[in-house]
Amino acid sequence: MTALEVRHLHKRYGRHVAVDDVSFTVEEGEIFGIIGPNGAGKTTTVESIAGLRAPDSGSISVLGLDPIEDRAEVREQLGVQLQESSFPDAIQVAEVLDLYSSFYRDPADWRELLELLGLAEKRRTQYKALSGGQKQRLSVALALVGNPKVAILDELTTGLDPQARRDTWSLVERVRDTGVTIVLVTHFMDEAERLSDRIAVIDGGRVAAVDTPAGLVARTSAVQQLRFRVSRPLDESVLTGLPEVSGVEVTEGRWLVTGRGQLLNSVVGALARAQVVAEDLRVDQRTLDDAFEAFTGRAPQSPGASERKAG
Amino acid sequence: MTTLTTVGLRSRSRLKLVTVEAKLFLRDSATVLFGVLFPAGLLLGLGAVPALREPSPETGGLRAIDVWAPTALVFGMVMIAVQHVPAVIATYRERGILRRLSTTPAHPRSVLLAQMVVAFASVVVSAVLLIVAAWAVLDIAPPERPLEFVVAFVVGYAALLGIGMISAALVRTSSAANQVGTVLFVALMFFGGAFLPRVLMPDVLREVGELVPPGLQALTAAWSAEAGEVTATAGGQPFWLQIAIMAGVAVVTSAIAAKLFRWE
Repeated sequence: MTALEVRHLHKRYGRHVAVDDVSFTVEEGEIFGIIGPNGAGKTTTVESIAGLRAPDSGSISVLGLDPIEDRAEVREQLGVQLQESSFPDAIQVAEVLDLYSSFYRDPADWRELLELLGLAEKRRTQYKALSGGQKQRLSVALALVGNPKVAILDELTTGLDPQARRDTWSLVERVRDTGVTIVLVTHFMDEAERLSDRIAVIDGGRVAAVDTPAGLVARTSAVQQLRFRVSRPLDESVLTGLPEVSGVEVTEGRWLVTGRGQLLNSVVGALARAQVVAEDLRVDQRTLDDAFEAFTGRAPQSPGASERKAG
Repeated sequence: MTTLTTVGLRSRSRLKLVTVEAKLFLRDSATVLFGVLFPAGLLLGLGAVPALREPSPETGGLRAIDVWAPTALVFGMVMIAVQHVPAVIATYRERGILRRLSTTPAHPRSVLLAQMVVAFASVVVSAVLLIVAAWAVLDIAPPERPLEFVVAFVVGYAALLGIGMISAALVRTSSAANQVGTVLFVALMFFGGAFLPRVLMPDVLREVGELVPPGLQALTAAWSAEAGEVTATAGGQPFWLQIAIMAGVAVVTSAIAAKLFRWE
């Protein structure tokens, strides 16, 4: 069943077109990633789904409901973790969870959420005294406290250290395992690749591609490279004859083979048939970073160079 | 049935919001100190000065502190209405707290309402503390006309809050709210006659003061008719006209604030 459907979403602020034409569907139980450079329209798309912005044209359906017209019901079913939202400094973790759970008809047990998110020991801690990672986990807990069927997590791990990022990822997977459909907005490729079942690449207010992470990588069909040394002398023609191989260079005993498709299998197979072993074999594997660059023409940001900016 | 559960849910979450806002208020020690405890402390402090406890012919045989007591009350009211409330609301907006609430079934309006309930409770507590302290320690009789006093207090506070809410609607950041709040505080206290005793002010300023929230003259007159006569101006407005003016200020400022208010 379809959990979320966005059709030809268009939103402008004055003359600035934030979202030009965005369409995608998210199936129930999926983790759906949305990636794209800053200013691509990710956040506006998410805000429209959450009913914070009225689309100028196009339609959005959350579990068959319209976020603007069926405002109250959508808010019962949709949990949102927003970029750049926070809570009063002096509020305690348990207080804010208890308060937010009182907004919902059928809330989750926030004490269980505290356990799940590893915040049980912090229940009496004030918001201002939490670390960045703890604030982020609290924000995730609050997105889940209403027992939502769909949760939107926007820039989930921005500003977290590597360990906290990995912890948050396994948390997201656990949440999905409880049956919640998750829309994950991120500009980190490792995060999208690790968590998403499918990914939409948004660029310039439009959807550039929607596919599985592997599918996106394959669709870029970019050039691959293999580097190795050989155990005994070998004639280049053994490899240049292969259909996947487009070039072979040998310098001082180092081989550099470029090509496409199933390059690695094909080259290793040919070497084996020639009874040659590839030593120091290195594969420059295509990743989602390359796919991102191919679709958007820009290099993705690395987690180290994280910067919170509306997209 | 659904309607009933929804209503039950709403009142439960409203009660929780008020409880949480009250706790946050109490954890803000500067506001508790200056907004709630300071007025009583100030009056007691001035009451410790012997000269201010001497009956004086200039003030119709009243002591200076008798005439000045309602002014201490105004301190707390102004502080809460134009400094505390706008600063909290601006912070809630600046930090996305209102925006975050809009994504839940609760409307961000409900947090503003809870905030105002708590702020009003705090000025009531501040007034009760002041009146009791004045009575018990300085032998200043409690308000002679309690009903008029309550009306002058509530309407005067509403007028102040309306001004505070315009500030909350216009400022973009919490630091701007604090700056505007300080300017408003000084202006309202000066023209309201709290810095200089109204007795010493020129007539023009005193007359302006009758139009400036929270309406110190009405509060003074309702507390003690004798003190009211001392501070009244020659061309002074009658009590209920002053109340009507304050009510008008409250309605107009609230309408402007509601019109200008932005949730994010």
